[in-house]
Amino acid sequence: MPQRTSDSSRPVIEVEGLRASWGGQPVLHDVDLSVEAGEIRVVMGGSGSGKSTLLRYLLGLHRPDAGTVRLFGEDISRLGRRDMLALRRRIGVSFQGGALFNSMTVGDNVCLPLREHTRLDEHTIRIMSRMKLEVVSLAGFEHLMPSQLSGGMVKRAALARAIVMDPDILFFDEPSAGLDPVVAADLDALILRLREAMQVTIVVVTHELDSAFAIADRITVLDQGRILMTGGVDEVRNADNERIRNLLTRTATDTEVDVDDYLERLTQGVGPQ
Amino acid sequence: MTFAVQDSNGFAVVQLCGEIDLRNSPEARKLILTSLKKQKHVMVDLSAVEYIDSSGVASLVEGFQYARANDLEFGLLGVSEAAMNVLRLARLDQVFPIYDSLDDRLSHGG
Repeated sequence: MPQRTSDSSRPVIEVEGLRASWGGQPVLHDVDLSVEAGEIRVVMGGSGSGKSTLLRYLLGLHRPDAGTVRLFGEDISRLGRRDMLALRRRIGVSFQGGALFNSMTVGDNVCLPLREHTRLDEHTIRIMSRMKLEVVSLAGFEHLMPSQLSGGMVKRAALARAIVMDPDILFFDEPSAGLDPVVAADLDALILRLREAMQVTIVVVTHELDSAFAIADRITVLDQGRILMTGGVDEVRNADNERIRNLLTRTATDTEVDVDDYLERLTQGVGPQ
Repeated sequence: MTFAVQDSNGFAVVQLCGEIDLRNSPEARKLILTSLKKQKHVMVDLSAVEYIDSSGVASLVEGFQYARANDLEFGLLGVSEAAMNVLRLARLDQVFPIYDSLDDRLSHGG
């Protein structure tokens, strides 16, 4: 498949030694990640695994404590405002809740990036946005307000907006969350079609196993801010690692208790009677 | 990137090449619409197109719409696989008249 990215020999996304913390608590520990052009990479993990946090760092929304995030070969923490804006034009994000503007129609939401970032003729902009609504099966819904859409339709409208600029990288945050299985499977099929047609690199953050296995070229499994493994679908399915087995079989684990540490947490500032 | 228009067998053949994206799709749009506004039938040759984004495809849609509204012919020639994938995504492969080449179009009559 031909690639749009000028240097398709190097990974589109390169993360090295990424460390991050919230409120002094480490949330990502020396994360390394490399995503090739045209790949669909699923970042999978349970609640609190750090997958959504990792996404925020990939988008350049926060500065890491240590390590680098490179998109298209550029260390994003070193980019000035203008270069970062230019880079963001090459990225589409489909947020979990849609993040549509409720005061705008669906059509205006989808047109927004084009009106903000291009000088295209308004006719062209409207045709482009309607094409993308066709792609996500929302043709004819452009005049509705987001509040008039179902949950699945909001996600598809958000996707139409995310792809309206024909991004080189498309990020999805929990695309299937809250959708019934049929709608979720339709969305998976759409993600695969987008990759094929738009030659786009796709990163999907999800805890939905069926979706991950349906669309991924490779899966990165995150657990407690650390990468447990990166591998193909079968490698992950057959992994011996107990934490991964637990994630796949959805069984709760008893975390090891450090008695001193645990008592300290419960009794800090409370003197013995 | 310079695109060209050539008159051939009663058609203005608009030749696009390379990557058609936000930077140069307005030029493609202008060439297509200018030819149509001269009341010429238009064929857009995509055989040398390596990539076309949706702003480029939107220009083709706009040209086709103008042609239909003004009883002019509009079609695409030599659509590459990369371009066809983009057209298929929005089912536009079922909308545009598509030919292998101008000879192919001429042999179809019309």
